Amino acid sequence: MESNLAPAAAPSGEPHIRRLIVIWVVLSAIGVALVVFALGPHMPPWTFSDEARDQRNINIMLAALATPVLLAVWMALLYSILAFRQGSGVAADGPPLHGGGRLEITWIVVTTLIVVALAVAGTAALFGTTKGAGGGQGPDPLAVPHGSQPPLQVQVIGQQWAWTFRYPAYGGVETTQIAIPAGRVIELHVTSLDVNHSFWAIRLAVKADAIPGTDNVAFVRPRKPGTFKIRCAELCGLWHGHMFTTGLVLTPAAFASWIRRQVVANAAATKTLPPYATHYFPEPLRRAG
Amino acid sequence: MLAVAGATAVAVVLVALYVADFLAANPTPLRAAPAPRGAQLTLQTVASYGHDPHPDWVSYLARDASGAWHHTTIFKVPAHALVRVTVYQYDTATGLRNPFWSQVRGTVGSTMTVNGRTLHALPPDDASHTFAIPELGVSVPLKGVGDNAPNQCSVAPCTLAQAHTTVTFTFRTGNPGRFRWQCFVPCAAAFVFGNGGPMQSIGWMDGYVQVV
Amino acid sequence: MSDVAFDQHMPRPAAAPPWWRRLLGFNLLAAFLLGIGGWFFGHWIGTRITIGMDSQLGTDQNDVATFMGFLFAVFGWLIGLGFLNYPLARMLGRPPSLREKEEEGPGRYFRLCTDHKVVGMQYFVTILLFFLIAGLNAMFIRAELLTPKEKLWNANQYLSLVGLHGTMMLMMMSAAILGPFGNYFVPIMIGARRMAFPRLESLSFWLVPPAGLILLSAVALGGFPTGWTGYAPLANTARAGMDAYLFAFALIGLSMTIVGANMLATVLTMRAPGMTWTRLPIFVWGVICTSVLMVLAAPVLFATLSMVALDRTADTSFFLASAGGSPFLYTNLFWFFGHPEVYILALPGFGVVLEILPVFSRKPLWGYRLAVAGMLGVTLLSFMVWQHHLFVSGMNADLRPFYMLTTELISVPTGFIFLNGLGTLWRGRIRFTVPMLFAMAFFSNFLIGGLSGVFLSDVPSDVSTHGSYFVMAHFHYTIMGGLVFALFAATYYWLPKMTGLTFNETLAKIHFWGMFVFFNFTFAPLFVAGMLGMPRRVSVYSSSLQGINDFVSVSAFLLGLSMLVFLINLVYSMVFARVPAEANPWRSRGLEFQLPTPVPVRNFERTPVIESGPYEYGVPDAPPVAALGRPTVVAGGEAAP
Repeated sequence: MESNLAPAAAPSGEPHIRRLIVIWVVLSAIGVALVVFALGPHMPPWTFSDEARDQRNINIMLAALATPVLLAVWMALLYSILAFRQGSGVAADGPPLHGGGRLEITWIVVTTLIVVALAVAGTAALFGTTKGAGGGQGPDPLAVPHGSQPPLQVQVIGQQWAWTFRYPAYGGVETTQIAIPAGRVIELHVTSLDVNHSFWAIRLAVKADAIPGTDNVAFVRPRKPGTFKIRCAELCGLWHGHMFTTGLVLTPAAFASWIRRQVVANAAATKTLPPYATHYFPEPLRRAG
Repeated sequence: MLAVAGATAVAVVLVALYVADFLAANPTPLRAAPAPRGAQLTLQTVASYGHDPHPDWVSYLARDASGAWHHTTIFKVPAHALVRVTVYQYDTATGLRNPFWSQVRGTVGSTMTVNGRTLHALPPDDASHTFAIPELGVSVPLKGVGDNAPNQCSVAPCTLAQAHTTVTFTFRTGNPGRFRWQCFVPCAAAFVFGNGGPMQSIGWMDGYVQVV
Repeated sequence: MSDVAFDQHMPRPAAAPPWWRRLLGFNLLAAFLLGIGGWFFGHWIGTRITIGMDSQLGTDQNDVATFMGFLFAVFGWLIGLGFLNYPLARMLGRPPSLREKEEEGPGRYFRLCTDHKVVGMQYFVTILLFFLIAGLNAMFIRAELLTPKEKLWNANQYLSLVGLHGTMMLMMMSAAILGPFGNYFVPIMIGARRMAFPRLESLSFWLVPPAGLILLSAVALGGFPTGWTGYAPLANTARAGMDAYLFAFALIGLSMTIVGANMLATVLTMRAPGMTWTRLPIFVWGVICTSVLMVLAAPVLFATLSMVALDRTADTSFFLASAGGSPFLYTNLFWFFGHPEVYILALPGFGVVLEILPVFSRKPLWGYRLAVAGMLGVTLLSFMVWQHHLFVSGMNADLRPFYMLTTELISVPTGFIFLNGLGTLWRGRIRFTVPMLFAMAFFSNFLIGGLSGVFLSDVPSDVSTHGSYFVMAHFHYTIMGGLVFALFAATYYWLPKMTGLTFNETLAKIHFWGMFVFFNFTFAPLFVAGMLGMPRRVSVYSSSLQGINDFVSVSAFLLGLSMLVFLINLVYSMVFARVPAEANPWRSRGLEFQLPTPVPVRNFERTPVIESGPYEYGVPDAPPVAALGRPTVVAGGEAAP
């Protein structure tokens, strides 16, 4: 099999390629600028928490990287469609270009480098700047953000089909709504009582699967007071789609009074709860049947 | 070729009808009986339904204004009203998996009446079922009959002559909408964690409250 | 190997028997009857076994009886088709033979037939049928998603629809290209007369209809709530419809293993003289790589589903954390199969489009060795990436960088395929036939799908997009935008050869444009919906997303209409218009197009000697692919005398 150099060797190839590269560079510059400056500030998951802001920046970077690639392939396709049609009546063959050579090697090297760089950058971001990026890290988290105060532990309990939340620092009180103080590291311990659920606090950009028998730790640093929606992101049965609720981010003072009110309101239930633990295997006293 | 195409078309139509039949099946909604300032919803829970298709499954039933019991879990209640719920509880206790639900929430005064006594909460092991509308914040544990109570009911619909516990509570409805309700006690006999079968079937231990 | 059986002259009956007489025998009718009988028998046995077993009787759903019923139904089905006949005959001392009696006529499509071309057609019709049923489910799903609250179907019905759509598509599309076109053309492309194991080939097909029917029966058993991924422990407590899912999917796993093993054995041992590895059509390379994945991954699926079945019937606790098991065991086992599975879906698509592009660019396949390396690289790497489905599940945090790296790396061999495609188009003489349109659209769609995969492979970004509609859009772009477009490219390219009839060109172009435009309109907005916070498998969503969902639903209905156009074209062209096709309508150099239409039962009169590769367009003095004693296309666009 002959090994041909890239079409650059053939005289009819050069102007096509040069024209295309110029157009591509210009369009990519415009595209990347649009992505970074116009789309960027509005890119999900926005900036309600530190984790959300970090994820947003990564999304911007990935989108900016994807734009030239998308444009390159589309332009090559479009150009080929427009410039290399068969033409009517003449049923001839094209040039016998078999490939190989510098273009192949260059492509392999460049794509591998880009991809490895992405992986390295992703790892650095995961452990370095984003400190876990709000994802569930299992019982032994490696990327732990540090704040001026020790983290506030909140346990998220998924059950079919509602979320409840326990605060070990406040007597293990359990509530149906989660409230967290702004400006502090929150250490979420996500677990389940029955099947797999997933705790997704959308604007906080936190997602951690709730697996029975597992303590899945995720960290979040909310920035300012507000509300956030929580949805279940792992199919858990009949009412999976209805397993949503709203969470609150409060100022530290508001949080202190909120948790006091919760302790009082839920006193009767708290007396009957098992001691706080990282996971539970609840078996009621009597099993039906 | 024509025969094959024809047979294929027939097969596709049959399958479409079969799937459509599954999609059309729904328990009939039941309208709660009118009452001053709202409505009265009367329900019962049975330990075993006693009829096909699932004679061993626990179930809720609802009573219409004329006093007849229907096997449905879709209820219609008025908006911006007080809905008084009476549950005749014929099943024995299973115990709550998460004792958190042993406290009454979302009702008027956050209380319920059990056989005439007003309670804020129930010992978790005494709960037989719960009635919960999470989107409206309502959650009420329902006390079971004693294991050794005489004259227990085993076939729906149960009568007041059989052993039962009466639980009443009232909750307020707001804007119209369709809200799901469920039981939080894993009460499905013989299923792992008690959460299978009737616990995940509309028409048994799950349903809708349509606020109209 | 003895060819004696081939050359025996089959005696012909004196007069054709009446139609009811022809219905007797080992065929589809017998299979149905024995299958239904088997269901009742198995159900009865299951009930007898479980007397006194509280976990089965107290639940009013006897899973043991259900599984036994399915098992005996499948036995009855296979016995009815005659699969036991040959093993029994051999056990009774009859001499070995390669083929069943192959009579002419349409009846052979409804029984065990060892002609690989018949199996290919059987696969084509069956897969198309189930594809349409699963697509109908998708229409039902999108109808529900027109409104942000639950409207049309209650929660259980909606989840069952979602599960049925996903499972039926995955089950059927796994062999969507290997089944019809692999079975039909791989032996021809390598110059062989048959597959290595003709009866096994027929078995791999005949396991597919019962699997599809059993999955559909889940509807009558209460539906199943887990979606196509079947996560335990939810699967442990689900209603009896779960048993149907487990059994059907396991059956397909078995079928996939058989198909893969058969393909590998055929290509490894039955290539004609002169068919070196570098002259192998790239489609066959795609089949080889897919078969390796099938043989290695499908058994894991079978084992995993068996473990769930044991949990449901024998009270084991593989996946129950409270009894010492682990849900992580399920997720890891499932995705160890599940990730190679998606490459089982993608690789045949690569093979098909790279096969088609040279024909309609009239240029050699650019970078043949690179393409093969790409496919092999994808095959190898696909076993090393599965934990990217589990990034936020609480898996060992140390492992996430490794899986991020391998997942990113897999885009490198995938990129080779793009270079091959673009290089083949570059400076070609492109003819815009319908197969070519689908092949080019493949590249656009798979590009978007692949790039969104890069987002998902980055762990911080994945934290928000995992389990959302972003993932949905990603895999629909790669599987539907990739595989299904390639499937239609293959259909329009090869069906004229398989049936000898041409498609209506106008309807085909309407189908293509409708599908391309509305496919993109349907799935591109879903990336946005996912990033805006819509999880998968829900029928209730935030009302701010209704605009996007309505646009998507309407586009999906129009996409479904375009499928209808295809169906109309198929029926019209194959049943009513019946315009005959030339033997080589595309002037392809491929060996399969050098044969006459219809392809003779034994493919080649004599074993061909392969003299050059199939992509030597524009190469002066290139010999034809093989000297067959018939007009064959060389190069230059004209047929050689």
